[in-house]
Amino acid sequence: MLVFIIQRLGQAAIVMLAVAVVSFSLFNFVGDPVNNMVGIETNEKERSEIRESLGLDDPIYVQFFSFVGNALRGQFGVSYRLTRPVTEIIVERMPATLELSLVAAVFALLVGIPMGVYTALYPGNWLSNIFLTVSLIGISLPTFVIGILLILLFSVNLGWLPSFGRGETVSIGWWTSGLFSISGWKAIIMPAVTLGLFQMTLIMRLVRAEMLEVLRTDYIRFARARGLPNRVVNFGHALKNTLVPVITIAGLQLGNIIAFSIIVETVFQWPGLGQLIIQAIQFADVPMMAAYLVMIALIFVIINLVVDLLYYAVDPRMRIIKVESSDADP
Amino acid sequence: MKQLKIIFTVLVVMLASTFSVQANTLKYAFRIDANSLDPYALAETFTLAFQGLFYEPLIGRGKTLEVVPALATEWKPISEDTWRFKLRPNVKFHDGSPFTADDVIFSLERAKKDGSDVEYVVADIAAINKIDDLTIDIVTKGPYPILPQRLTTWYIMSKTWAEENGAVDPSSVKLEVRNFATTNANGTGPFMIKSRQQDVSTVLVPNPNWWGEVEHNLTEIIFTPIKSDATRVAALLSGEVDMIYPVPIQDVDRVNKANGLKVLQGPEMRIIFLHMDSSRDELLESNIKGANPLKDVRVRRAIYQAIDVDAIRDKVMRGASAPAGIMVAPGVVGYDESLNQRFPYDPTNSKSLLAESGYADGFELGMDCPNDRYVNDEKICIAIVGFLARVGIKVNLLAQTRSKFFEKIQSRNTSFALMGWSPLTYDAQSPLQAVMSTPNKAEGIGTYNVGGYSNAGIDVLTKAVAVEVDLVKRQQLISAAMLVHKNDFGHIPLHVQALAWGVRDNVDLVQRADDSFAPRWVVIK
Repeated sequence: MLVFIIQRLGQAAIVMLAVAVVSFSLFNFVGDPVNNMVGIETNEKERSEIRESLGLDDPIYVQFFSFVGNALRGQFGVSYRLTRPVTEIIVERMPATLELSLVAAVFALLVGIPMGVYTALYPGNWLSNIFLTVSLIGISLPTFVIGILLILLFSVNLGWLPSFGRGETVSIGWWTSGLFSISGWKAIIMPAVTLGLFQMTLIMRLVRAEMLEVLRTDYIRFARARGLPNRVVNFGHALKNTLVPVITIAGLQLGNIIAFSIIVETVFQWPGLGQLIIQAIQFADVPMMAAYLVMIALIFVIINLVVDLLYYAVDPRMRIIKVESSDADP
Repeated sequence: MKQLKIIFTVLVVMLASTFSVQANTLKYAFRIDANSLDPYALAETFTLAFQGLFYEPLIGRGKTLEVVPALATEWKPISEDTWRFKLRPNVKFHDGSPFTADDVIFSLERAKKDGSDVEYVVADIAAINKIDDLTIDIVTKGPYPILPQRLTTWYIMSKTWAEENGAVDPSSVKLEVRNFATTNANGTGPFMIKSRQQDVSTVLVPNPNWWGEVEHNLTEIIFTPIKSDATRVAALLSGEVDMIYPVPIQDVDRVNKANGLKVLQGPEMRIIFLHMDSSRDELLESNIKGANPLKDVRVRRAIYQAIDVDAIRDKVMRGASAPAGIMVAPGVVGYDESLNQRFPYDPTNSKSLLAESGYADGFELGMDCPNDRYVNDEKICIAIVGFLARVGIKVNLLAQTRSKFFEKIQSRNTSFALMGWSPLTYDAQSPLQAVMSTPNKAEGIGTYNVGGYSNAGIDVLTKAVAVEVDLVKRQQLISAAMLVHKNDFGHIPLHVQALAWGVRDNVDLVQRADDSFAPRWVVIK
C-alpha cells in the first residue's frame, strides 16, 4: 500500500513537470501583457522598460527555469493584471469554485444514479423514456446555451433566481461560503445545474448500461432464484457492482468540473477560478496562468490517487491480483 | 458552540438581507472591474472613472466635460511657465486627515515614480512649490497651455496615509510586494468604499464630509462587474441592477422594448480608424515585391474611397456610429467641424486611382483587427474586406484577441490595421502625438503610429501645438495639421462609435461623451 502511494507520488511529480513544460511553451502564443498593463499614453520607451524588468524578452527556457525555481520555493509571482501575489488571489477564489463544483457533483450523483437505476430496471417504461430524452438534451446542448436559457426563464421571465453572482457570503476563516444564506443557495442553483447537467447524464447513462449488464449475470439470477427481495437484489448486489466504473468516471469528472467551470462561471458571473483564468488568458497574465495550470494538474493528480485508493476499497479483486502477482511465482 | 456561532451568523445575515433593502441603492454593472484601486496603476477610461468616485483631481470635469474646480478653487498662470493654484480649504480625506499642499507635492512625486502609469500627465511639470498650506505654484518645463485640462485625470492621494500604510510607491508588478493602495483607497471624493471584493462587487456609501454640494440622493452604491454581455443584459431586464454599460448593439432594441427600461445612446469620443504601412519599402503581407503600394497617396485614397462608411453605420453598427472625416471626435478640444466632411464613397474613382498608380489588377494585403476591443470591430473589418475586394484589393484578414492584436501591431508587424483612439486628455494633441506623428522612440512620440506614417508638416505643427499658449492660434495649428493629414490620407478615419447605457426609467443620470459614469449626479425617483 505504502509502496503504491509512493510510486504514485513519483509519477505525480513527473506529470506536474510535464504540465509546466507544456504550459510554458504555450505562453509564447498568448500575446503581449505589457499593452494591457499600461494605458494608451505610456510611450514605447517605458513599455520596453517594463518588458525588460519582467524578463519577457528572455529566451523561453530561461523564463521556464526561473519559474520552476520560484515555484519550488512556493513563489508563483505577482499577477500582471491585479498586481497582487498570485497564490493569494487563487486562495481567495478557490472556495467559490469548489463550492460550485461540489454542489454540481452532488447534484449529478444524487440525480444521475437513481435515474440510471430506474431506466435499467424499467426499460421501455414511459418515465424511462423521458429520462433518456432529457439526458440526450443534457449531452448535446452546449453549456452556455443551457445557462443562458435558464437565465432567460428563471431570472428574466419568472424572476425567481438571480442571474449573476454568488449572493450573500459568510467568511469562515479564509473560506467564504455562500451555503449559509438563502440568497447564496438561490444563486448556486442555476450554475450548479448547468455545470452538473452533462455529468448527470453521463452518470445516468453509465449506471444504466452497467446495471443492464450486471442484471444479466448469473449471480443476480441465483439471487433471484434464492428468493431474495427485489430491493436487496437491485441495490445490494446489482448496484454495488456497477459502481466501480462510476467511481472512476465521477472522480475524473470532478476534476473536469473544477478545471473547466470556465464557461459556467463566465455566463453566471460566478467569482471563482474559471473567471480568473479566462481573464488571465485574455490579459496574457503569465504568472496567473502558470500557477493555475500547475494547481489544476495537482488537483487531477490527487483525484486520480484517491480514485485508485477507492478501487482498493470497493473491489476486492484488486487486492487479490496484487497478492497473486507478488507471491504466486516461486 | 461553533455550530451555534455559525447558525447565529446565518440568522443575522438573513435578517440583514431582509431589512437592508433601501430605496436609494444604486446597483450598476460594467463589463470588467477596475484592476486596482491605486489611481496611478492604469490610466484607462473605466478605471479612472471608477476611481473618480472616491478620489479627486485638482481640476475636474463637469456634466458636459467642461473644466470645473475640484480640489483647487482657482488657478491662473503667473508667468510663462508657472501656474498658481489656490487649494480648497477645509477638505478632509476619508480617514479624517486634512488636505493640504503637502499632499499635492507628494502625489506629484508618486506619479513620477517607476511603475506609475499617469506619468504622462505630470511629465511636463518640473516642480511644485509650496507657497503656504493652501497655495501652490506649478512650474512646467516650458509653456504649457493645457495644464488645467491635463490635470483632470490626476488624482490626489494623502501623504500621511500613504506613508503610514507603505503605499508611497505606485503598485507595480515589478516590486513583488503587496501594495496597500491596490486594495484600499483614501481619497476626498463624494463616496467612500465600504467593502470590496475584486471582480465580485464593491459597495460604496456617500462621504458625509464631502466639501461639494450633493446632487445625488443615494444612500449606497453597489458596483458589480458582469463580463458576459448576455448576463449583463439579463441582470438589467430582471431588475437586479439599475444601470448597465455597455449595452451590446444587438440588444438595444430588446432593452428599449422592455417595460421601465431605456437605452441612452450618444456619440463617444472614440474614433475608429485604419492604419496603413506607408514607411516600409516592401509590404510585409502582400504579393507586391520590391515596392510598397501604400506609400503612394493615390493608393491610400483609393482604399479610403472604396469603403462605404454609411453602409457600415447602417448594417454593421445598426445606426450606432457617426462617420468621421478627421482623427478626433466631436467634444475633443481641437475638433473642427468644417474638416469632418468625408471624401465621398466612390469605388469607380478608386479603380481609376489604382490604375493610375500602376495597380490596375489590384494587389494583396494583410489586415490586422481586434475582435474584442471596439464595438463590432471584427464585423467592421469583414465589411472592409468586402469593399476592397470590389476594387481589386484582396485583403487577408487576421482578427484576434486584443493581447495578440496589440502585440502584433505594436511590434510594427502589420500592413493594414483597424484601431480606435479616445484621448484621455480630451485633447487633439493626444492623437497628433501618439498616432499621427513620425514614430520617435527616444522622444516618446508616435507610440501608436504603427504604420510608420510620416509627414514633416504634421510633425512641425504638432510640436507647435504643444507649446502654443494662445488658444485661438492653437486651434488653427491643430486644424492645419488635421487638414494636411486628411488630404495626405495618413490614416483613414471611419467613424465615431456610439456609447450605449441601459438604465431603469426611475434613474436620472448624466451621460458624458467620455463613457465614464459618475454616480454623483444620479437621482433615483
